[in-house]
Amino acid sequence: MSEPAKIHVMRSQLGRVRGLGAARSGTQHWRAERLTAVALVPLTLWFVYAALHLMGLPRAAAAQWAANPINAALLAALVISTFHHGALGLQVVIEDYIHVERTRLGLLLLVKGAAALLALIGLFAVLKLAFTG
Amino acid sequence: MTDIRDSLMVGRSSDGRLVRRPLSPHLQVYRPQITSVLSIVNRATGIALCAGALLLVCWLVAAASGEAAYAGVSAFMRSPIGLLLLFGWTVSLWYHFCGGLRHLAWDVGFGLDLPQVHRSGWAVVIATAALTVLTWIVAIVLM
Repeated sequence: MSEPAKIHVMRSQLGRVRGLGAARSGTQHWRAERLTAVALVPLTLWFVYAALHLMGLPRAAAAQWAANPINAALLAALVISTFHHGALGLQVVIEDYIHVERTRLGLLLLVKGAAALLALIGLFAVLKLAFTG
Repeated sequence: MTDIRDSLMVGRSSDGRLVRRPLSPHLQVYRPQITSVLSIVNRATGIALCAGALLLVCWLVAAASGEAAYAGVSAFMRSPIGLLLLFGWTVSLWYHFCGGLRHLAWDVGFGLDLPQVHRSGWAVVIATAALTVLTWIVAIVLM
């Protein structure tokens, strides 16, 4: 049997230990996308149930429903996971199709900023419904 | 050539001219297959669901703002355009939900053989149709 070919790793020891690769974030994006997806499985089922339940109800009844701590917490969790997952997904779409550096960076900032802002708006609406109806 | 990486994409055609090699994926020459089509639809529904999330925020803000705003959003959702948006949202939501479960199964190593991939793909299509119809039957009954 011949000697196995020696494998040269063109990477510093520190780089290998950190394991973060060329994007310098390692598997963080991939993991976050999956974790938010797992969280969204039960939250989506609950959301469809809730949406069907609330359909056609007057605002006061919807507000009363949203004032229940469990419903308020699940709504907040839904808003956070949805916008986190959505921003991660749109980021990949932009990175895949937009090759002009300036446009790409601009769109990435826009998507991240819009997702963060919309999530905050949604959260404050949930909190207002929960505390003052 | 503006980028050094482009040098890897330059080749010679049969008559010796320097040409830029085509980039994959060559959507225009591939026959659509269940695998590729469902992958594209998963991404498209993901983008559509971002618009759906916008609708969710509109509804929450309207509910928190008062009677007039809530009545306005409710009326919009019952208008033909609103119903069309809600229907598109339902289809996208169920497709991305089922397709997402398929992806999560792959991520833990299940169902990666081609026959299984084809079967799970059709299962996602059928489940999406069934769940969408079921959701709208319940919605129409409750309406």
